[in-house]
Amino acid sequence: MTRLASSARSRAHPVPGSAAVSHEPLLALDAFTVAFAGRDHTVPVVHGIDLSLARGEALGIVGESGCGKSVTWLAALRLLGQGVVTSGRVLLAGRDLTAMSEREIARVRGGRIGLIFQDPTSSLNPVLTIGAQIGEALALHRSLRGEAARTEALRLLDRVGIADGRRRLRQYPHELSGGMNQRVMIAIALAGEPEVLVADEPTTALDATIQAQILDLIRDIRRDSGMGLVLISHDLGVVAELCDRIAVMYAGRVVETAPARQLLAAPRHPYTRGLLAALPKLEGPRVRLAPVPGAVPAPEAMPPGCAFAPRCARATAICGTRVPELAPIDDRHEAACLVLGPHDSRLTAPAGAPALAGAQA
Amino acid sequence: MSALLTVRDLSRHYAVPGMGGERRILHAVDGVSFTLAAGRTLGIVGESGCGKSTTAKLVLGLTPASGGEVLFEGAPVTATRDARWRAMRRAMQMVHQDPLAALDRRLTVGEQVMEPLLIHRLARGKAARERALALFEAVGLREDHFARYPHELSGGQRQRVVLARALVLEPKLLVCDEPISALDVSVAAQVINLLHDLQIRFGMAYLFISHDLKVVRQIADEVAVMYLGRIVEQGPPEALFHTPAHPYTQALVSAVPSLGRRMRERIVLAGDPPNPVDRPAGCPFHPRCPRAVSRCRSEAPTLRPAPDGRLAACHLVPAADSVSAAA
Repeated sequence: MTRLASSARSRAHPVPGSAAVSHEPLLALDAFTVAFAGRDHTVPVVHGIDLSLARGEALGIVGESGCGKSVTWLAALRLLGQGVVTSGRVLLAGRDLTAMSEREIARVRGGRIGLIFQDPTSSLNPVLTIGAQIGEALALHRSLRGEAARTEALRLLDRVGIADGRRRLRQYPHELSGGMNQRVMIAIALAGEPEVLVADEPTTALDATIQAQILDLIRDIRRDSGMGLVLISHDLGVVAELCDRIAVMYAGRVVETAPARQLLAAPRHPYTRGLLAALPKLEGPRVRLAPVPGAVPAPEAMPPGCAFAPRCARATAICGTRVPELAPIDDRHEAACLVLGPHDSRLTAPAGAPALAGAQA
Repeated sequence: MSALLTVRDLSRHYAVPGMGGERRILHAVDGVSFTLAAGRTLGIVGESGCGKSTTAKLVLGLTPASGGEVLFEGAPVTATRDARWRAMRRAMQMVHQDPLAALDRRLTVGEQVMEPLLIHRLARGKAARERALALFEAVGLREDHFARYPHELSGGQRQRVVLARALVLEPKLLVCDEPISALDVSVAAQVINLLHDLQIRFGMAYLFISHDLKVVRQIADEVAVMYLGRIVEQGPPEALFHTPAHPYTQALVSAVPSLGRRMRERIVLAGDPPNPVDRPAGCPFHPRCPRAVSRCRSEAPTLRPAPDGRLAACHLVPAADSVSAAA
C-alpha cells in the first residue's frame, strides 16, 4: 500500500527542466527507517521516509543537525555498517539496495550513485596520489586501466576545472587546497558515470568564494550530463541555488516537500516557516530575527505526537496526540501538520509569512 | 579621542621554513588599523587565512604583535602576562566558536560562570552565586541549569553559558570569534538576538569576527573586509553589502547563496586565495581580480576614503578628494 502511494506520488511530480523524465523514479525511499542499536535498546532516528527522485532531478534535503538528513542517505547506501538497523526499501530503478549483496552494493556506490562529502581532505586517502585515487574508481567501475585510464583521468580533471592535470595526477591531497580536493572528489564521483550524485554538505567546509565555484561546477555538470542530484545541506540558500525540489526534515521525518521556488515563497509547515524567519538576510531592511524557540529534541527523548509541537506557535491539543503524515496541499506540495489539515490548501502566501529574501526589493 | 579600542598599523608576521631551508615570512596581519567606540560593534569578515582571528588575538594581547599598537581605553595592550595585562583583560573578554571546547567538562556550568569572580577576587560564596545567577537570567538560562554539566546542555545553551561567563566580569569589550558558526539556524537566531539585547543592556562593544556576511550584517554597526592580512574595505554594513566598492567585497557578496532570484550576476573568482607567504606584488588581490589593470600588478593600493565616506583599498575606486563619476 505504501508502495502504491509512493509511486503514485512520484508520477505526480513531473520535473521541470530535466531531459528524460520517466514514470519510474530513478531512486526512491519507501517507508525507510533507521535506528541505532544500543546495548539494550535501539534508538530510532529516521521514522519512515517516502521520497523519490526522478531521472535528472535535483532534490535538496534540508534540516538542522540531528534531523536525520545525512543518516537517511548514508544508511540507504549501506555506509553506516554494524549497529544500524534499517527497514523499508531503497529502490534504484526498481532494484532494492537493501536486498543486494555486499558485492553488488559496492558496485552501485561510486558507479550508478556517486558520492561526495563535507570534508574532501579527509575523504581522500592521504597516502595515495590523486591519479591513483581516480584510477581506482576507473578500474572498479569502468574497467579502465593503463593509458586509457590516464587519458580519462585527465579528461575528468579538466571537466572539474583543474588545470595542469598531468602534474596534479602525481600530487597528494595535502598538496592541494580544500576547494581543489573537493574538485578531485567530484572527479572521482564522475569516474563511475553516475546517474545520480549524492552530495552531503559538499561546500560546508569551504570558503564562500570557493563554495560559489563548486556550486557552479555541479550546476554545469548537471546541465551537460543530466545527472540527478541529492543535495543534503543545512543551508537553505545552497539548496535553493541548485535544486528543483526541496524536502525539509525535522526529527527524523520529512515535514514538507515542494518545488524549490514554491517552498521558499509559500512555506506551509510551521517549522519551514520558522527556519526561513530565523535566517539573517543580506538584502532588504535589517529586522530583528524571529528564532524558533527551544531546541531540537534528542532522538531518545522524542515528544509524543508531532515532534515539532513543543516549539510550534500554532500547536493545539491534537498535535500531542498523533504523528502527522505528509499530506498533499496541492499536487506537488506536501506538508505533515495536523493544524494545517490535509486540505487547508489555498496557496496564497500565509498571513504573517516571513519576509523572504526571495521577495527582495 | 573617545574610542574604546584603537588599533594602529597592527602586524603579525611569522617566520616559516621555505622550500630550501631558508626562512620566509608569513604576513598573517599586515598593517591593520581601526577604532571601535564603546557600545558599538565592528564586524570583521573574510575567508580562512585572511587574518581575522589573528587580529582578535592581537587585540587581546594573546599573541605579541610584530608591529603597530593596540590601545584599550588609551593604554597599550601588550602580550606580557603580568598583573597589568590581567587587570586589563578583565574588561576584555572573548567568546569562541565551539562552546563545548571552551567549557570545562568536569565543572558544572554554574561553577564556571562563578570562576572568573573567584580568580579576580571580586566575589565569593553566596555573592558570587548571586551574580552568576543574575547572568543566567540575562542570557536566558534557568536556575536549574546552574548545577548541570556542559554535556547535559544543548549547543545553544552552552553558548549562553560562555556568554554568561564572559559577562560576569562586566567587560567593556567582547571579542567574538565565529560565535554562532557552530549553531543550527533556529538556535543561531536566538543567540544573535541575545547578543543584540545584551549589548543594549550592558553597553559593551563587540569585535565580531565571522565568515558569514549575513550574520555580520545583522549585528554590526561597521564592517571591515579582510583579504590576505589587510583591510580592503570598511564601512557601514548597508553600504558594504548593498553596493560593495572593492572587487573582492563584490565577489564575496555575490557568492552568498540567495534564497530568491538574484539581483546581480554572480562573480565567481578564479583560483584559491594565495598563500600569505607568497603574497603577490602590487595589490594582493590582483591575480583573482576580474577588473585588475596594469597598475594593480605593481603598486599596492592604500586604504583611503571613498566619496561616500567608506574606506576602500583599490585603485579603481575613486578617492574622496578626486570626485568623479564612479566606474
